[in-house]
Amino acid sequence: MPRRNDLNSVLVIGSGPIVIGQAAEFDYSGTQALRVLKEEGLRVILVNSNPATIMTDPEFADATYVEPITPEVVEKIIAKERPDAVLPTLGGQTALNTAIALDANGVLEKYDVELIGANIEAINLGEDREAFKGVVERCGAESARSVIVHSMDEAFAAAEELGYPMVVRPSFTMGGLGSGLAYNPDDLRRIAGAGLQYSPTTEVLLEESILGWKEYELEMMRDANDNVVVVCSIENFDPVGVHTGDSITVAPALTLTDREYQKLRDVSIAVIREVGVDTGGCNIQFAVDPATGRVVVIEMNPRVSRSSALASKATGFPIAKIATKLSLGYTLDEIPNDITQKTPASFEPTLDYVVVKVPRFAFEKFPAADPTLTTTMKSVGEAMAIGRNFTEALQKAMRSLEQSDSSFSFDLPEVALGPNGIERLVEATDEATTQRIHAVQQALLNGATVEQVHATTKIDPWFLDQIQLLNEVAGAVRADPDLTRPTLELAKRHGFSDEQIGALAHVAEDVVRGVRHALGVRPVFKTVDTCAAEFEAFTPYHYSSYDEENEVAEHRKPSIIILGSGPNRIGQGIEFDYSCVHASMVLREAGFETVMVNCNPETVSTDYDVSTRLYFEPLTFEDVMEIVNVEQATGGLLGVYVQLGGQTPLKLAAQLKAAGVPILGTTPEAIDLAEDRGEFARVLQEAGLRQPRNGTAYTFEAAQAIAQDIGYPVLVRPSYVLGGRGMEIVYTEGQLRSYLENATEVSPSRPALIDKFLEDAIEIDVDALYDGRDLYVGGIMEHIEEAGIHSGDSACTLPPITLGPDVLDRVREATGAIAAGVGVRGLINIQFALASDVLYVIEANPRASRTVPFVSKATGVQLAKAAALIGTGKTLRELRSEGFLLAEGDGARLPEGASVAVKEAVLPFARFRTREGAVVDSLLGPEMRSTGEVMGIDRFFDTAFAKAQAGVGVALPTSGRIFVSVANKDKRSSVVYVRMFKELGFEIVSTGGTAEVLRRNGIESTVVSKISDAASDDQTIIDLIEAGEIALVFNTPSGAGDARGDGYEIRAAATSVGVPIVTTVSEIGAALQAVTAMRSFSWDVTSLQDHAKRLESQVIGQDPATAENAHV
Amino acid sequence: MKSLLTAHAAPAALVLEDGRIFRGRAWGATGTALGEAVFSTGMTGYQETITDPSYAGQIVIQTAPHIGNTGTNTTDDESRRIWVEGYAVRDASRVASNWRNEKTLHDLLEEQGIVSICDIDTRAATRHLRDKGAMRSGIFSGEALAGKTDAELVSVVTGQPSMAGRQLAETVTAEAAYVVEPAEHGWEGAPRGEVVAVDLGIKAMTPQRMAERGLRVHVVPAGTTWEQIQEIDPDGVFMSNGPGDPQTAAQQIEVLREVLRARKPFFGICFGNQMLGRALGFGTYKLPFGHRGINQPVLDRRTGKVEITAQNHGFAVDAPLDGPVTAPVEEFGRVEVSHIGLNDRVVEGLACLDIPAFSVQYHPEAAAGPHDAAYLFDRFVELMGLEPADDELIDNEQEGDN
Repeated sequence: MPRRNDLNSVLVIGSGPIVIGQAAEFDYSGTQALRVLKEEGLRVILVNSNPATIMTDPEFADATYVEPITPEVVEKIIAKERPDAVLPTLGGQTALNTAIALDANGVLEKYDVELIGANIEAINLGEDREAFKGVVERCGAESARSVIVHSMDEAFAAAEELGYPMVVRPSFTMGGLGSGLAYNPDDLRRIAGAGLQYSPTTEVLLEESILGWKEYELEMMRDANDNVVVVCSIENFDPVGVHTGDSITVAPALTLTDREYQKLRDVSIAVIREVGVDTGGCNIQFAVDPATGRVVVIEMNPRVSRSSALASKATGFPIAKIATKLSLGYTLDEIPNDITQKTPASFEPTLDYVVVKVPRFAFEKFPAADPTLTTTMKSVGEAMAIGRNFTEALQKAMRSLEQSDSSFSFDLPEVALGPNGIERLVEATDEATTQRIHAVQQALLNGATVEQVHATTKIDPWFLDQIQLLNEVAGAVRADPDLTRPTLELAKRHGFSDEQIGALAHVAEDVVRGVRHALGVRPVFKTVDTCAAEFEAFTPYHYSSYDEENEVAEHRKPSIIILGSGPNRIGQGIEFDYSCVHASMVLREAGFETVMVNCNPETVSTDYDVSTRLYFEPLTFEDVMEIVNVEQATGGLLGVYVQLGGQTPLKLAAQLKAAGVPILGTTPEAIDLAEDRGEFARVLQEAGLRQPRNGTAYTFEAAQAIAQDIGYPVLVRPSYVLGGRGMEIVYTEGQLRSYLENATEVSPSRPALIDKFLEDAIEIDVDALYDGRDLYVGGIMEHIEEAGIHSGDSACTLPPITLGPDVLDRVREATGAIAAGVGVRGLINIQFALASDVLYVIEANPRASRTVPFVSKATGVQLAKAAALIGTGKTLRELRSEGFLLAEGDGARLPEGASVAVKEAVLPFARFRTREGAVVDSLLGPEMRSTGEVMGIDRFFDTAFAKAQAGVGVALPTSGRIFVSVANKDKRSSVVYVRMFKELGFEIVSTGGTAEVLRRNGIESTVVSKISDAASDDQTIIDLIEAGEIALVFNTPSGAGDARGDGYEIRAAATSVGVPIVTTVSEIGAALQAVTAMRSFSWDVTSLQDHAKRLESQVIGQDPATAENAHV
Repeated sequence: MKSLLTAHAAPAALVLEDGRIFRGRAWGATGTALGEAVFSTGMTGYQETITDPSYAGQIVIQTAPHIGNTGTNTTDDESRRIWVEGYAVRDASRVASNWRNEKTLHDLLEEQGIVSICDIDTRAATRHLRDKGAMRSGIFSGEALAGKTDAELVSVVTGQPSMAGRQLAETVTAEAAYVVEPAEHGWEGAPRGEVVAVDLGIKAMTPQRMAERGLRVHVVPAGTTWEQIQEIDPDGVFMSNGPGDPQTAAQQIEVLREVLRARKPFFGICFGNQMLGRALGFGTYKLPFGHRGINQPVLDRRTGKVEITAQNHGFAVDAPLDGPVTAPVEEFGRVEVSHIGLNDRVVEGLACLDIPAFSVQYHPEAAAGPHDAAYLFDRFVELMGLEPADDELIDNEQEGDN
């Protein structure tokens, strides 16, 4: 069927900010969708609140709305744009939920908009557990068996049928209260007995336990002609019980016979038909009983999912792209396979390699959180690797995580372990944690058997044997410390890094490399081609393997390598991928062949057609050097970009340079200069700039002396970190001591940095370009929260709203002096603090920063592209004249009337629980904890801020009760805001001390008890919050940490019920403005394209006082 | 088998007739294997692959890197023995992990004397065959390899006959006829029809698929005559897949022409498709490197739908793709190409319009492979004018083959 010709415009709904479980993969799928729709000549409208995405680049859509993704806002967009159709299947659960809401409230019907790619009935069938069970049954397959009981007699009768262990779930209890796993009749009596009590309906659901079963996932596509293909099968290394997003996963499935696999395939096809997924992608999860092969369907997602990105990268089959084409009416056999060019997309990819994905966690940022892996996803990113066998792929994936302990260690214990020792090691494998695979490997290394470890972990014996194989290979290396060729070949074939081999042979990594290169043991690069080499591949999507034949072709033009940013983590996410992708795009346009290196399957950068070539490889020195080697051999390498992918490639700069690799843009020396405290201080001194007083300490005594000298509070942190990792504000010597004792990342080679902490300062962030002669400021951002909150967690506004022209001029001047002093060629990000009108330089990073995409979206200037071109020798003057940058002026002083953009951080606190089940604290600090960001953009700050808050998902209230409890230091500054809230009609609720201060200021409030001094029957603030009677919590912590107990409970309660919390005075001010604006008028939606047009007309010199500009 | 931690195992070599040599380690039996080198791209179903008689005379290179993970069992065999001459893989599994496992693949290969090789760059070998075409080859290990020069090995390889012109059906076919009863495969009640299935290298799943549909299947040896078939007096005649060059099957083609003249409903699979093509007067030709895998898209022109099929063929029928034509042997009336391979537009099925006969080049019985094309057995039932399938039957089909 050819494409439908009744569609002229389509609204695509994005997935919003990066959160755990819904991350960069939806930027990848959304970007693919937009490209397809544009190619097909449709008018494309996009809504996505996340400015860090590629998809929100204005060039990808005709109208790009960076607005909150709520049904109300999307309705406004529909009313304004009147699209023919809405495509909701590429923006994760957010987009799907929005579509369901738009259907339910009649908006789709009202504006005659068609839903494409999915239908409401199918979505509901997939989402509703009971209805889905029916679907599964009608397909002749099984769901987990369950029985509802109302008495213990019924429970025991049901137990006969279900067998132990079984899951016991009382009905209608809050947050799964009273649930448990019953292993025997005693457990059942205890848990179900209590459960019947807890349940208001005296009802308990008993379900057979499938914990420990093998878990699989199939990615499917269906077209309008009912053709169905399986794109990829994925097997979980971790059995059922660990969320797929937190599991190590493998593609293709490796431990199924054809009969078993075909059964999963048959069921999947029957389910996709029965559910009625019209066109597009869908994924289905299965559990398989390892003892009998019985198959149970767990769930399905009737949309492009998190796994779809992985499956696309794993197979070379671009699911989102094809899904979009199918939604326009094409059938699979009409769409060519991009990679082979000659064959159609109506086939099933076959792999001649193994793909392993490993999750990356961030528990070090949330020390209180329970690190046990459960069915709730907790990982913040992932790395994928490809190898010609499982061991090679696994070890590559593990080192791609870039954590110090992420690779296997094969060190033998110094004293042989007794039988108890082995038992203890086996026991350690019992609990599913982030470290379980290491526990497994260590247990096997120390003599545990595969059977023993299988008994505790239920991991398939085939996988366990592979881990055992790695231990054996390690043994072979240990036995041959001379590193003969067969030994090196063996180790390399199983994915050992030079570093791991060095550790086994007791020689340095570079010695191993030297020997290896001398012997000619080097990797070859194979191609991901969807067809196991049956047809020629035309897309150079490569991975390394220690095998025989290399497939990398000659370059036609000199190449430029761009090193990506690796797995997403807090502090280094999609924003860096944005810069890498932009660089690749602009360099290709400029006539270069670009080579992307990255290992993150969620990203746009690892889409095989973004760059001329893609190497899906770990970003370690060893892996990158092998790519450099093959690139040099195939056509001449111009150089490598290390300044776009964040700290990951930056760390490699010096080593690469030392190895003779040309670095484009800012030199490694300049990078070092900015990192080196002494050198950097000299640059500032020469420029006449000030820094908070500081020092570098290698020991506690030195730290003590420095802190004494500069005065508490001080900010302490390890050097060379991103995202404020390990950074803390320290108020006393005792705190300093405990910090240094616990900070494992401080060592003689990694000293602690100590700065005077500026209280009540305004933090300012600048992104700028420097070409060696001229400066171009991309934007100056003013933080809403005061200095001390990590810039990644702080809201900020561009242009600044409280900084005067003289401050902006001083910031610009200082930026220029630092860029020149450091020797930047490209991007630099500088953080300043303004305290008592004195401008302090906090730090400078000579690389693309987290805020580059935000600044680019807010100002309409593509900074990353300009930076990439500077690296090839272009000057700012040339870039201005070629239209990449503004012809006149820059982002330091935006024209009057420029739109105001507010960035707000999205925090994952609600996702984490302590071992006891409580929410972890939601306090902000100098260590970054946010996973993503949203942007609100409008004509003025107040509405822009309100939009940003709505974009985060906790919209500010326009009426109701505000709970106020502030620290002593904040009481004075808070009064005026609280009064204004009161005047707006809000009811004020507060606790003792705060209430007293408010009363003395003439503000009456309802007093509630703190938890700490509540009598047993008093209603506390926690009760009110949990009962949903509080609309906004304003709670500032006292600095020294004493009142944290109560504050914590209050914030935890608010976090768990989703009430907005404000923890700083500056933010309550901003919130007040936003609430005022929201009450006085309803906001408009404006596309980035229209913002740009308005700005243009402004620059040309429209009267700023025209009616169009009037606000209210 | 556990000691397969490399280096220790004996060397082996896969030698191609054009002189390309891949060195790896011996696996399975030791010695010499000679055959046509072909590659198969299925990611599952190695046991079904090696026991598929169509692979007789061939050395199979498996593109999926891990082979043997789930071991082997007696139910997944597609015939009475392994038929590949030799087997070449990258990573041979040291252990077998599956609740149905009975024997490791290594042990099965060794027991049946199948000389195999592992640890070679199977992707490089596949690319070579893709570019140069399927060719004669050999696997050498043990004494067959020790001390031999490359030239000596190549000359052993080139001393064997080419696949073109080889007659192999008679070597793989059943020695005596046997019957597959519907009751053995879940059919309740009396059989609803009788079929003669000529075994040119039949796979066990094929009669099973028919039996599940209530057909009593008389599997007869390749040399069975028309008269012998008439004695059974079946409702329809079926010709199976099988190895070798269809040009050599003059006897079967003559039997088939009698079947067609008698207007007996006919269904052919794979080699059976080539038999129908030749019986109608079309030619057959050798594909450069064949279709061997379980992900091959085929368009059913009647419904416009695409099915993902299991394929294993090195030869194909040379018939015009556009519209019905009168068969070169005119007495059989008009014929059309009913199915087309979407990857390379090869004829994947024939349908006669004036006589009750059709055939496909691929494997609707799957094993290994997807079950998308199982409906063709229903078409055969319909063609024989038997009662259409009831619900029970469809259930069976979805359940696959447990």
